[in-house]
Amino acid sequence: MNGLWIMAGITFREAARRRILWTALLCGAILLAIFAIALRLQVDEFQSRPMSPFVRYQVESGMLMIGLYTCDLLAVVMTILTSIDTIAGEISSGTIHAIATKPIARWQILGGKYLGFAAMVSIYVLLTFSGTVAVAYAVTGVLPEHPMVGAALIIFECLIALALTFLFGTWFSTLTNGVIVLGLQGAAFMGGWLEQVSGFSQSAQIVTLGVWSSLLMPGESLWRRAAYEMQTPLAGSLSFSPFANVSIPSGTAVAYAAAYLAVVLAIATYHFNRRDL
Amino acid sequence: MASDQFAIETRGLRKEFGRTVAVKGLSLQVPRGEIFGFLGPNGAGKSTSIKMLLGLVRPTGGDAIVLGAPAGTVDTRRRIGFLPEDFRFYDWLTASELLALHGRLCGMEHAALRRRVPEVIEMVGLTPHADRRLRGFSKGMLQRIGLAQALVHEPDIVFLDEPTSGLDPIGRRMVRDILRAQRDRGATVFLNSHLLGEIEITCDRVVFIKEGEVVAAEDLRNRSRDETRVLVAAHNVSPSALAGLERWCTAVVADGDQLSLTTRSKELVPEIVRHLVSSGAEVYEVVPQREPLEELFVRIMGKDPGL
Repeated sequence: MNGLWIMAGITFREAARRRILWTALLCGAILLAIFAIALRLQVDEFQSRPMSPFVRYQVESGMLMIGLYTCDLLAVVMTILTSIDTIAGEISSGTIHAIATKPIARWQILGGKYLGFAAMVSIYVLLTFSGTVAVAYAVTGVLPEHPMVGAALIIFECLIALALTFLFGTWFSTLTNGVIVLGLQGAAFMGGWLEQVSGFSQSAQIVTLGVWSSLLMPGESLWRRAAYEMQTPLAGSLSFSPFANVSIPSGTAVAYAAAYLAVVLAIATYHFNRRDL
Repeated sequence: MASDQFAIETRGLRKEFGRTVAVKGLSLQVPRGEIFGFLGPNGAGKSTSIKMLLGLVRPTGGDAIVLGAPAGTVDTRRRIGFLPEDFRFYDWLTASELLALHGRLCGMEHAALRRRVPEVIEMVGLTPHADRRLRGFSKGMLQRIGLAQALVHEPDIVFLDEPTSGLDPIGRRMVRDILRAQRDRGATVFLNSHLLGEIEITCDRVVFIKEGEVVAAEDLRNRSRDETRVLVAAHNVSPSALAGLERWCTAVVADGDQLSLTTRSKELVPEIVRHLVSSGAEVYEVVPQREPLEELFVRIMGKDPGL
């Protein structure tokens, strides 16, 4: 087990040094500033005319969800871009040769790398998520419902994207890996929207298509579950958006995502264990 | 198949990549405590063979035993060190941090590392750069730190893939001395290099491989006892003295004061000199000529090894 923790430690330090991470943090900070200004403008506008506290709360809560959705998108993209070459790149550069000839099992190399990135991604999500919540609270006084569950589900979504970059990284080059994982992310996004549309259109085929897309890549359904957890039921039902609760992923969908993550990691480990380096 | 006498034994080791046969059937025995040279043209299957011995590549067929156990197991890897051809690592680590990391991956404790890391850095001549990041290292310095990471845990076998390719003559001599020191402490060194001059002065034994098979083996320590060409510069060599040389020589070519002799062994040279001097010749120079490894290589592989 020692090898696993050594690999996790070195990978965390390696991941934390990636320029893309710091760029993503900078992007997050800029978006947070824009978000704060938008909220401030909205609050000022509300104060200039009479408005029911109920409507005001719904609008501000909706804006908070926009901020959190931005966090979610940025976190997933950052996860994919930082981890995309950790396996494929080290195989092609030969860096892996000095590691894989040490007396540690291959699953420890892969598992350690995964844990290292997972820690980095979790810290990133917690920083941007808590930043967004803090800004919204400071400006509007609105807090999300169940923020811990929401943050955990966003981290979970990132861990799925991470597992997929690891899986395809054991097979393909860095570039191919990126195209595949971003493509799957697109499928998940599409699935999420199709399921939303189905709430209005009542088309069974669209529901099926949406469900299949979400089964292929369950990341987006975790975001929709997070959105459901973080807003009041009424707020969620008022809009047609990535945070509307027209079609809420069930507990089973979350359990499916957990099983999906386990299977993806198991296949990645199996393949990495057997492949030539 | 396993025996204590050999550090590495392979029998019919084979690797196919799809339809391409990278290693056809490698059978070799590497005695313990020797510096062993692994030679062959590009594409002969050297790197794939080394990777199979290290457990990086899974053989398609055959057996490989390293230190009495199947090649590539975690336990076997505990006792081997490896310097890849183009050693690269996270360049934000300092030389000391890199060695400590590799030592820990090999299972070394902190106390042992505190003693060993400065020692190995000193051995490869990087003490002034111990706390510098690898980012600023030249190719030669990376090669040195790569060698250090292969030796940090005092392995029983060291595999080196082109260890001196990025080094200047002083660095090469240092590597040579380190490899000899490894042999002297009982370790086996498995060396893959294109620099035949280096191999010739470093290795105890070499094998030549072609298309993934051993085509020749040579004990370099015994080469001086084999047939040797000797160039002699001598004045007043009488025809009878020349004829008398046939007692020790298989071929005698005289060109003025220059004689080119082929003897059955270098050990006969003193007797030849005594014979020439006693017959009245004035001997100025006697230079035994050994066939350079490069010529032997070309002779074995053929002029065009088919890169």
